[in-house]
Amino acid sequence: MSYQNPPTPPRKSATFDDYTLAEIRRAAATGIYDIRGGGSKRKLPHFDDLLFLGASISRYPLEGYRERCDTSVVLGTRFAKKPIHLKIPVTIAGMSFGALSGHAKEALGRGATLSGTSTTTGDGGMTDEERGHSDMLVYQYLPSRYGMNPKDLRRADAIEIVIGQGAKPGGGGMLLGQKISPRVAKMRNLPEGIDQRSACRHPDWTGPDDLEIKILELREITDWEKPIYVKIGGSRPYYDTALAVKAGADVVVLDGMQGGTAATQDVFIENVGQPILACIRPAVQALQELGMHRKVQLIVSGGIRNGADVAKALALGADAVAIGTAALVAIGDNDPKWEAEYAALGTTAGAYDDWHEGKDPAGITTQDPELMQRLDPVAAGRRLANYLKVMTLEAQTIARACGKNHLHNLEPEDLCALTLEASAMAQVPLAGTSWIPGKNPF
Amino acid sequence: MPVFDLSVTPLRELNQALHSIAPGANDTAFEVINPRGSHSVAVGIDSPVSVAVQGSVGYYCAGMNDGGAVTVHGSAGPGVAENMMSGTVVIEGDASQYAGATGRGGLLVIRGNAASRCGISMKGIDIVVEGSIGHMSAFMAQSGNLVVLGDAGEALGDSLYEARLFVRGTVKSLGADCIEKEMRPEHLAILDDLLAKAGVEGASAAEFKRYGSARTLYTFNIDNADAY
Amino acid sequence: MCGIVGLFLKDKSLEPQLGALLSAMLVTMTDRGPDSAGIAIYGSAADGTAKITVQSPQPETDFEGLEAKLAEVSGGSAKVAVKSSHAVVSIAADRLDAVRDALRQISPTLRIMGTGESVEIYKEVGLPKDVVARFDVAAMSGTHGIGHTRMATESAVTTMGAHPFSTGADQCLVHNGSLSNHNNLRRELVREGMHFETQNDSEVAAAYLTAEMAKGKDLGEALTGALDDLDGFFTFVVGTKSGFGVLRDPIACKPAVMAETDQYVAFGSEYRALVSLPGIETARVWEPEPSTVYFWDHQNAA
Repeated sequence: MSYQNPPTPPRKSATFDDYTLAEIRRAAATGIYDIRGGGSKRKLPHFDDLLFLGASISRYPLEGYRERCDTSVVLGTRFAKKPIHLKIPVTIAGMSFGALSGHAKEALGRGATLSGTSTTTGDGGMTDEERGHSDMLVYQYLPSRYGMNPKDLRRADAIEIVIGQGAKPGGGGMLLGQKISPRVAKMRNLPEGIDQRSACRHPDWTGPDDLEIKILELREITDWEKPIYVKIGGSRPYYDTALAVKAGADVVVLDGMQGGTAATQDVFIENVGQPILACIRPAVQALQELGMHRKVQLIVSGGIRNGADVAKALALGADAVAIGTAALVAIGDNDPKWEAEYAALGTTAGAYDDWHEGKDPAGITTQDPELMQRLDPVAAGRRLANYLKVMTLEAQTIARACGKNHLHNLEPEDLCALTLEASAMAQVPLAGTSWIPGKNPF
Repeated sequence: MPVFDLSVTPLRELNQALHSIAPGANDTAFEVINPRGSHSVAVGIDSPVSVAVQGSVGYYCAGMNDGGAVTVHGSAGPGVAENMMSGTVVIEGDASQYAGATGRGGLLVIRGNAASRCGISMKGIDIVVEGSIGHMSAFMAQSGNLVVLGDAGEALGDSLYEARLFVRGTVKSLGADCIEKEMRPEHLAILDDLLAKAGVEGASAAEFKRYGSARTLYTFNIDNADAY
Repeated sequence: MCGIVGLFLKDKSLEPQLGALLSAMLVTMTDRGPDSAGIAIYGSAADGTAKITVQSPQPETDFEGLEAKLAEVSGGSAKVAVKSSHAVVSIAADRLDAVRDALRQISPTLRIMGTGESVEIYKEVGLPKDVVARFDVAAMSGTHGIGHTRMATESAVTTMGAHPFSTGADQCLVHNGSLSNHNNLRRELVREGMHFETQNDSEVAAAYLTAEMAKGKDLGEALTGALDDLDGFFTFVVGTKSGFGVLRDPIACKPAVMAETDQYVAFGSEYRALVSLPGIETARVWEPEPSTVYFWDHQNAA
């Protein structure tokens, strides 16, 4: 009698999965690393793993609609003559003109202004359109210093010194295939059409002892009017926050690895920097130890998607959050209505991230004049304002259910965690226990 | 002429006064005494004033200068005239690192030596150094002219774009993608003009060599990967 | 991240002012480092005498009757001069090792800051002006000295985390910058028998130099080796019995300014630190080159 093997299903490797195999083949074919936009795509411990406890017998909730739940926040109270007053604790993160089309920047400005919050320039400088459409504009001060000038410093509402961002803390390097259009080339003082190199350190200072002197210079140029933010990626948040405070920052902006970028090496995005969940408590601890919590404000970003994320970030000690990817989706990025075009580009709605190629069907991450026309900045601005409204209402709903009359009164003790990782990172107990791994016994 | 004595007057008052010049004002010549290495002296000037600093300054003197004429009778710390937009800055002594960093216009003259990273990331400024410059000068220099009568340190012009570098003395080594280039009549003219504007005597354009970008890093080619 | 100062006197008539000049230089650097400060003063050595600088968080207890406790092991030569939380124990030079070991036994909270024939090291948490006042540094005289004021980057703000770090008899180091491979280096040095008080990267640099010199290198060779073995950004100023040395890493982003006249050689992280020195207006002022060991030595003095 012969023995025949029954059919077995083919088994793929979890380590050498389809993405990995395709990437190895791509590297072998081209000899260059893969570049894309966006933030970390892999599953990470995040706010979803935290839950609010809500009120019941020991705590009393507030009525929605009648009983006040305040959402305002003031940024820059430490040294600036003109701090920024936001109506909602959600701001629009730095994204460059050059990475985004003029219409997209206009849409963000309109939406933010309708909502009483700020937008932020990016690595290319300030455009007149953005300054015109955004009531509150934060001006980024980056290693490249593209377009940097004192007039724009003076007409900004705040200045954000960028040390790094979550997608690529410590990054710079060579960014290939970034097509520099004529307008962008002029603003950045570069030849058209060449690959763009990116410095990883600031050109005229190194270290927090020098940063202190640089912050003083910027204050002197702007007559001490503007709040000075310092933005860092999720690297060593405890030390970085303490040093930013010691160097004289008014506001610390902390961006986790889910935070997006216009274009950088995929390997960088996925392997350097921490999830935002792991960064918040250490940063807040540094502020508290220096007696600066709420005096130097903390803005966190990287994967903020809804009012629950906002409320959780604030409960852990942040003063406000910033959104980038979510704002772009709100105004139309990766919309399924362009599916046929995504398919033609070899991708699908929700996965499209080759923004540096300038072919975005949604007309947002492109400089192509035809594609840009697809985005109506007024309608898109309205969409962003709607989305911000929903985020705020959601956060207020949660806060009222926890008995808070101001979003800032949310505390870590209002939270519990579903997983060990989230519990350890956010330093809140595992649900149903009083245990925080690494902190205390059962 | 307003005189600010930084040993008794806060820096804030000096810079505020410099930022508050009314159009058509009479007092447009300022003197600063006892700077004693202070930082951010005369930053953010945005009108055609002149400032004479009697002594040495710290970091970022004349930072973001736009239209002013600043002379330091002494030495300057790191980042002198950083991001200058227009105008003139003259340092009678030496300048520390990052002199003229990211400068977009105007003329920076250093009569002594400049340290490392002179002209880093320059975006249109003209810099004339009568002495020598340190290592990593003109790193990622995009546009503008750097003129050095003395020598240049290691890795001159690393990763530069379209800035022009003119050195009369020796260059210790050239950085990635920086090569010696042919001096043509138009370059001699630019150099003569800069030497004259900077008030440099006893040097002629013919004594200099020109350095610039080989442009091999403009579009990635796997065989250049070592240069990154 | 920090401010460093150093002063090497060529003119003996300035020696009574060493402490005062160095203190003023250090206080000017306060903005660069508000966390803690330290200073090493090299005074004239009395022949046959050695000094051990000790520190204690409970000086009343630990320094009480210390002379008596050390009488036997020091052969009766021990003299103790207390200054706030520090004390300088002077003994016969041939008793140095024995007394140092004895001190370690006397109290677990007694810490040795430095040993040698001429160096005294004082360091504490606090602003430079408070630290120098506490130890009356301005009244001290000497031939050379180095000082440091600290802005802690990754390790804690503690007394032992302050610089200078002693690297051997009459040798100490101060550092401005941030190393990046100090954890691996520390583990190797621990295996070689070095002892560490802190997680501080600068302490690793000091221990590295000590270990290399114990293997037979002189200070110049050890510093040259540091260029290969230490990764990160650094400006080092190292004090020795007869002089001081300066070294910057190959990238040389951390600042360093030197000034020289017929009377002295001075070092500061910023020019501001040097402005009060006599004759600074006509001094030769320059910035040290990267990857180059500079040394000034009284024994080879011009």
